[in-house]
This record gives sequence, C-alpha cells and structure tokens, in this order.
Amino acid sequence: MSVTTRAGYQGVAVAVPITVPYVRYSTMSAHWWIARALAALLEAAGVEKAAVDGVCVSGFLLFPDTAVGLMQHLGLSPRWLDHIPMGGNSGVVALRRAARAVQAGDAEFVACLAGDTNHVDSFRHTVASFSQFARDAVYPYGSGGPNASFAFLTDYVMRTTGITREDYGKLCVAQRTNALAFPHALFKKPLSLAEYLAARPIAEPLHLFDCVMPCAGAEAFLVTTEDRARALGLPYARVLGTIERHNAYPEDPIQYRGGWAMDRDDLYAQAGVGPEAMDFVQVYDDYPVITAMQLEDLGFCPKGEVKAFIRSHSFTCDGTLPLNTSGGQLSVGQAGAAGGYLGLVEALRQLTGQTLGTPVPNAQFGLVSGFGMINYDRGLCSGAAVLARGHVQ
Amino acid sequence: MTAPLQRPNKKNPVCKTRQPTLPPWTRSRVALGMTAAAAEGRFELQRCARCQAVQYPPREACHRCLCIDLPWVEIDGGGKLISQTRLLHSHDLYFRERVPWRLGMVQLDAGPTVVVHLHGDVAAPPARVRVACKLDKAGMAVLVGFPAEEVPNMADDRQLRELTCNPQFRRVFVTDGKTATGQAVVRALAAAGADLIWVGHAEPWKLVPGLAALQALEQVTLVPLDVTDQRSIKEVASQVGAKVDILINTAEYHRAFSISARQGTDIARMEMDVNYLGLLRLAQEFGPVMKARGADGQSSAVAWVNLLSIFALANFPSHGTYSASKAAALSLAQCLRAEMRVAGVRVINVFPGPIDDEWNQLLPPPKLAPTAVANAIIDALRDGIEDVYPGDVAQEWRMRLKDSAKAFERELSVGSGT
Repeated sequence: MSVTTRAGYQGVAVAVPITVPYVRYSTMSAHWWIARALAALLEAAGVEKAAVDGVCVSGFLLFPDTAVGLMQHLGLSPRWLDHIPMGGNSGVVALRRAARAVQAGDAEFVACLAGDTNHVDSFRHTVASFSQFARDAVYPYGSGGPNASFAFLTDYVMRTTGITREDYGKLCVAQRTNALAFPHALFKKPLSLAEYLAARPIAEPLHLFDCVMPCAGAEAFLVTTEDRARALGLPYARVLGTIERHNAYPEDPIQYRGGWAMDRDDLYAQAGVGPEAMDFVQVYDDYPVITAMQLEDLGFCPKGEVKAFIRSHSFTCDGTLPLNTSGGQLSVGQAGAAGGYLGLVEALRQLTGQTLGTPVPNAQFGLVSGFGMINYDRGLCSGAAVLARGHVQ
Repeated sequence: MTAPLQRPNKKNPVCKTRQPTLPPWTRSRVALGMTAAAAEGRFELQRCARCQAVQYPPREACHRCLCIDLPWVEIDGGGKLISQTRLLHSHDLYFRERVPWRLGMVQLDAGPTVVVHLHGDVAAPPARVRVACKLDKAGMAVLVGFPAEEVPNMADDRQLRELTCNPQFRRVFVTDGKTATGQAVVRALAAAGADLIWVGHAEPWKLVPGLAALQALEQVTLVPLDVTDQRSIKEVASQVGAKVDILINTAEYHRAFSISARQGTDIARMEMDVNYLGLLRLAQEFGPVMKARGADGQSSAVAWVNLLSIFALANFPSHGTYSASKAAALSLAQCLRAEMRVAGVRVINVFPGPIDDEWNQLLPPPKLAPTAVANAIIDALRDGIEDVYPGDVAQEWRMRLKDSAKAFERELSVGSGT
C-alpha cells in the first residue's frame, strides 16, 4: 500500500473510558445498556446531557431502531450523529469519525457509545440473521455461528503454519491472568494451560476456551478537543494514527491475512512510531487465531512467525508485550458491538492512569485494533489506532 | 470409511417418536436460483454474462464488473478442500440433534470458496473434492463435498442420508400395482433393497397379467386399494400408514381423447377422480401420519412420489382431458409439497413423456419403457431430486417450454391435427 500523507489528529482528545459492568444474560434492551453507558460518561465527565453535540452509536440489538431512534429515546439533540454497524471494528471507526468531526468543528463533544443486551435466546437470532450471505450460505451449514467460521480459519492456519493449541492456549491463559485483576471480567477463575487443553471441543479444532462468551454490557468513551478536555480536568489520550479497511484481499481463498497487513505502513507512518514502541496492545480477540493474525499483520512479527513470537513473550501486564490488559473479550465477555470498544476503552484507561485492573508500568504508547463482521467466509472490517498518553493531570 | 447401511432395529414402542425439525430455511430470493437447479439435480451458480466471473454466495450484481446479467450456469464441482471442522455445538435445533457434523471450505476450480457439508470419506485438507448441490430437509439447496472418486458405500454417509431418500431398508407403498409402470416400480424397489412393499390394487377380482409375479416377491404384500374410494384408503392407511416411509402414487386413469372426440364428461370425470381426487384422498389419509414420522430414526418417512405426466405442464390436445387432470394433480402436488415440507418429507414429481403402454398406443416413438420410469424414480430417491423429467420427449418439452411457453402451445395445437 502506498503511504499517504494524511492529516494528523492534532487537537483531539480521547477521554472518559466507561465500562458498564457486564452480565451473562440481561432482560433489558440494548437501549438500556447504551443509556447506562451515556449516563456514566456524563457523570465521569461532569457535564449535563445538553453538552453532548455529537454521538456515535453501535449496537446489534437496537433493531428496529438505529442511532436515530436512540436520540429520541435518550432525549439527545446532537448536531452530528453516526451509526457504525461494524461489530468488532466499531471502536476504532467511531474514534476515526468522531476525531475528524471534532477537528472540523462539526461537533465538539462526541459521546461514542456501544452496547448490547443478551437475552437467553438473542445470540441465536443474531447469528441466524447476521447477513444475507450468512443466511444463504453459512447458517444452513450446521448453524455453528462464528465458532464454525473461526474453526475453519484455525484449522487452516494450524495446518499451514504449524502453530499449536498450546500456542493459542498461551494467549488465552495470559489474558485470563490479566483479567483476574479486572473487576468487570465475567471469568474470575484462573485458567491453566492444562485446563485450556482439556476443554470440550466446540467446533474442531476450537475448544471451549477458544470461544468468546456472549453477554450483555456497554462501553463508551469521549472524543473532544484537548482544550475542552483540559477545561473539564479530564485526563486524555491523543490519537497518533489510525487505519480502516473493508473487504481486504477479496481474492484470498481463505482469510489468512487481514486488512491490517494492507494498511499498517500507513498507520505507523502517520503515527510516527512503530510497533516496537508500543507499551501494550489491545487486539480484537473473539478467538485466539485472530489475535495471533493481528500480531503478524500489524508488524509485531513477520507473517508466519507468530508461533515463535508467542513463545518468546508473556503477554501479561507485568511481562513483555502486555496484550489485552483487561482480559480481552475471551475473559471479560463479548457484549455484542461493545466488544468492538472493549480494547479501545481499556487502552484509554492504561494511557490516562485510570486502570481498574493491573496497570502497565509507565505506558506511553498503545495500539488498539479492531476486526468485525463475518459476512460470509471472513471478517470484512479491520482497523487500528495508535494512541499516546496525553495530558494526565 | 463409511460403513454399509444396516437394517434398522425394530422401533422400541416405549420411546417417543422424535418430532421432525428442519435445518434453517430462510434464503434470499436470489439464492433460490440454486434451489431451482438442485430440484432437478444440477449444481448451478451465477456466472457474469460480461466478465464470466462466477459468483458465490448468490448476488444481485457481479462482484467483479457490477454487471447485473448473472445467468445460472451448470458448474463443474471440482475443487480443493482447504479447511474443515467438525461441529459439536450448534445454535439450531435440527443440527443440535445431529452433531457431530462435518463441514468443509472448498475452493472451487470455478473460482469462489464455498462452505459445504462434508462427506465423511473426504480426506483431511488439502484434498480434492467434488461439490454437488442437493436439497436439504427444508427443501433448500445446500452444497455437499464428496470424495473426488467413488468410494464404497458412498451413499450411506450419515450426513448425506439427510439429503436423500434411498429406498434401501425402507417400507414403501405403491398405490397401483396393476399398471405396467406400477409393476416396474415395484420390481425396481425390490431390487433397490426396499424392506417391505405394499402394492395397492383396485377391484381385486379383476386379474391382470404380472400381478401374480409381483406377489411372488418376498417383500411384496398386495393390498386392495381403490383411490376413488375414500373409505378404502382410510382403511389401508389405518393399517399400514404409520409404517410407510415412501409412498409412490402410480394410480392413474388415462384415455386418449380431445374435447370433441367424446360425448359427455364421464371419462373426464374418471380421470379427475383418479388422477386428481385420488391424490387428494391419499394425501388426506396418508399425509398426516407420514408427517408425524419425518424424523423417526434411520428409516423415517422421507418421500412422496407422484407419477404425473409431461402433459401436466402443457396441454397435449389429443390427450386433452387427461392433460387437464394431470395439470390439476400437479397443482395439488405443489400444495402437498408445501404441507409435507414442514416435516422434511420430500414430494417428488415425475413428469414422464409418453409411456410405452396401451393408452399411448397411437403415439409415435420415442416412448418411455415402464422400467425407465421406474429407474428414474429410484434414481430421484437416491439422489434427492424433487422434479424428474424422464425420457427424450419430456426433456424436449421442458426445453421448449422454458424457451417460450406460448410458442410451444401453438406448436402443440398445430401438431395435434384433428
């Protein structure tokens, strides 16, 4: 990919990381969860609702509403509104959209909100009607949902690269270690590699602890100007670089690489720092195969060498290359579209000194990446952002 | 390697009969193009008329050049298995009852990557496979990855059997054993390994050639049955209906005449009574009990076969009233198909060209041997096909109709003479 000279994100502040504590099942609606996230964001920012002049919303289960209906539901009158239906890529893309709106002056105080509920039977409905291609060409084949899609990919990658279950297990175990200190993680028990390996098969070669657990929850963050953040006394992070890509490499017979590989040079060129500068990484982690793919495609190691890379890092908050420092979705849970915000919100906590779990010592730079929407045979949306510690106090 | 199918154990009467469930049946309209081809046993995908790119999943516009002219063309199913999984968990009730379930991702030689139900004898990836398109229990097209070469007992694969209606070890009811076609069907079923074959015969005091020979087959039981008599059907259905896995309606009344060649409506009434109302009566008496057995173990109720006629699709004037009765039967068969679909019982319509029997004596060849019709039915059951057009005449009619139904109507009216 050619390296463009894109405008930077000067003057933009990203602040107020919010997590509404997750639950496995909820009888409330997505609207309820997003409302809780907004309320928490306003309280933490110390402003009234009327201060919000821009909104970004993501939620699978808002249907039949979109962001539009939600504005009346929540009594908001923003002058700028975006609905981002990009699943696990929603957080990075919300950040990109909101940052540009703030820079252009179209909005000054953008609440980025993502949340979903999880009724006992709602995940099945989500999977069954996820997309036209999924309904026509995936769901009728065993109805395994994302487990089956990622099983295909995991099977392919394991066979062609020699990566083992033990390698994937190391990632899952490290994330669980990180999760044990994070109060909102739904998984609270330590996970050993032996337990990981002995788990029951779900969709071979995937076993129980490879699979993300659907739950209800919400996440939010604020995008505003640095001036406004300072005036409000809000610690914030700065945005150094971002990328997004959709339907990358459509001719690949199977998704052994994602859009990050196409755009990472652009990302690091814009950011002015490379992967070696990152104090932590928050990658989209519904299955460990995709975590490992992001490490490769974002340039932490050469393609095909993630096996050795995994074996040479600890990925814990106190170790080398802290990864998914709140535990990631695999240990916190996947609250629908909020899963696409989880890494970004945790990155903000790490960079603004507001961690709820284990802080990464002296974290200055962090990378967040997103991945979303298995439309047919692959995830279509990819994105990433490099964030830096901004004004903290 | 697939184990050869074994005769199922007798059903334990204490156990509840499992109720039928269906795999997911929601499809976009454009995707139903695959189902239309699969109903006749073909694997078709859209291919762009302009740039020749093959599309999958089915689309509204070419993914390469955005052309919207995407005709369905037959696809060579050769491909490479690049990945596989075995599901042990499913979100859907139907599959939940059937896991483990093997799936594959196949890169077709034709281009796209497809997700398939994977036959148990396909080697681990990377492996050559042959992809075919079949109808599932919900009546919707699904892709299946087969071993590239024929292997022993290939048809007996557990997953594949969900898509087919092989008569082996099944119990079949043939409604009329007195016609040449009915008798050929019974013999073909016996040869195909059917366990029990009940053979209906109306007016049992009237003996016809061949019936005694049928009775000599060990699988065969003759049953007095008159499809024009609801009470007769009810009686038989109450005795054997709950055991019938496949029903094949061969009963028909056929006289060659146009409108003006006969006085009155007696013959036309008989044709309707047997060909149309006979099907209705059978469906009323046998349909509900077969629907209840749509998932009743290895030999569940699987198929209902209607012997229609290619004349059901367009009126053949010299057999005008017969054509009308078959058209009526076709319409009713569509209704029956909709009703049986909820139980996963396939309704197979057979549209033969003129059969070489006494009622088509004056028609010129080619005429279809009764054994050819019977074999076509067995093949359709084994392959899971739902619309069958056996013989050259049927194939030609089909093509002419597809090309222009109106032009064909005129051709038939001119060709019929007086």
